[in-house]
Amino acid sequence: MNRLHRWPVRVASLLAALAVWHLVTAADLRFWVRFDRFPGPVDVVTEFGRQVEQGRYWQDIAQSLVRILTGFVLAAVLGVALGVATARSRWAGDVLQPLFEVARPIPAIALVPVAILLFPANEQGIVFITFAAAFFPVLVSTRHAVKALPVVWEDAVRTLGGGRWGVLLRVVLPGVLPGVFGGLSIGMGVAWICVISAEMISGDFGVGYRTWQAYTIVDYPGVLVGMATIGLLGWFTSASVELAGRRLTRWLPREGERT
Amino acid sequence: MSGLSLRAERVTLGYGGRPAVRGLDLDVAAGELLVVLGPSGCGKSTLLRAFAGLLPAMSGRVLADGEPITGPSADRALMFQDDALLPWRTARRNVELALALRRVPRGRRRAEAERWLARVGLGDDAGRLPRELSGGMRQRVQLARTLAAGPRAILMDEPFGALDAQTRASMQRLLLDVLADAPATVVFVTHDVDEALLLGHRVVVLGRDRPAGVAAEFDGAASRDELLAALGAGDPVKDDALKDDALKDDALKGEPLKGEPLKGDVLKEAV
Repeated sequence: MNRLHRWPVRVASLLAALAVWHLVTAADLRFWVRFDRFPGPVDVVTEFGRQVEQGRYWQDIAQSLVRILTGFVLAAVLGVALGVATARSRWAGDVLQPLFEVARPIPAIALVPVAILLFPANEQGIVFITFAAAFFPVLVSTRHAVKALPVVWEDAVRTLGGGRWGVLLRVVLPGVLPGVFGGLSIGMGVAWICVISAEMISGDFGVGYRTWQAYTIVDYPGVLVGMATIGLLGWFTSASVELAGRRLTRWLPREGERT
Repeated sequence: MSGLSLRAERVTLGYGGRPAVRGLDLDVAAGELLVVLGPSGCGKSTLLRAFAGLLPAMSGRVLADGEPITGPSADRALMFQDDALLPWRTARRNVELALALRRVPRGRRRAEAERWLARVGLGDDAGRLPRELSGGMRQRVQLARTLAAGPRAILMDEPFGALDAQTRASMQRLLLDVLADAPATVVFVTHDVDEALLLGHRVVVLGRDRPAGVAAEFDGAASRDELLAALGAGDPVKDDALKDDALKDDALKGEPLKGEPLKGDVLKEAV
């Protein structure tokens, strides 16, 4: 089946889900799970339309995006740099690897008290937690990608006269990109989970804060608008990472290109 | 620029403390084309890696122009059997890599890389990625890249071993043609007797025994039979007998294998 034929099915699936949602909420269904106070799609869409016209909605989005992008970019740069360093240098590996292994199992969101103690401002704490969440997937995938590089590429560059830096720039960094982008995709996912959670716990602005705020004032359609916003933002940023990855690794054989 | 003379003095080479080559003496004169012939796994590649500076000797010395080899250098370029092109670089950019590492100014790299690619008959394929090229074309790109490095010695590790017979024959002709106007010393490693006969002025045969040493040496005109006899000097029959012993040992260790030899006997009788 070609791509064009699959779209009606996908749209129909979404519409069917919306229709079921509308029916169970309109009928105030109580069948162990209770839909009598649950907002229906019409309420949510109305609320969404109201919020989109307010500057506050966009400010919250901007705030959350600044936080996640700052934390994510820091995690990407440091994750790749330290992943390469620990995989390529025995010394760096011995010094850093034990620290990473101990810190890695700690859920980033459990670092909230640490962040509050360490950083003078709330803002920095939230960025720190986002960074911590995205850092480890990038670090680990980079490490594995470095270790999996074919030795012959490095040997080839060395026998052409390349030194340590030549190998690093011309073999290691381009060669690990496919693996790094795997880590970046996962990192972006967990970064959203953590930025939203951190905003719910200690934020003054942001989509996560606004969603929790709506819950505390019993504004259920507002809660669902917040959730839908998080979902759309997450989808958009993940798709951006995916697209960047595809553009930078065009040299990989793709499915369907093999003849 | 003249060719480099290479020399191995009582050299023992191997990995993880296990020697693959022991006490080997070898002299390669400047500008010579030497073929090292030997069965698979005899330590030919190990020897080449030592000349390339990728593998330090366990004992003995490896010299280039009388100086000990301490590491890799563009003076001694190594050409691999396959997959040594960087897959994210086009054919031209792979050749440019050698030029960049030689610090050829950026502005001159493109034209020079295209000249080398044209030399190996790939003038029209400069913009293609390695995965878009056939195995033979990829080896031609590698040859262009190796030559572009301006080496004084070219070390070739079964460079045509993964190619089909026809492509191999045309690559051998191309190689001789290209080398005719390059003054570099060449050490060409192969397990193929006909390839050795075609290319070699001088052929050194490494033996079957492990760790290996030089089993025979031929200057100039060696015949096919002489080379085959030298290759067989390690007594393959004895080797096969050893293999059978190893199989028997395995069979004794593992119960499920016990039925296997029986099947073999039945087959033999049927034949």
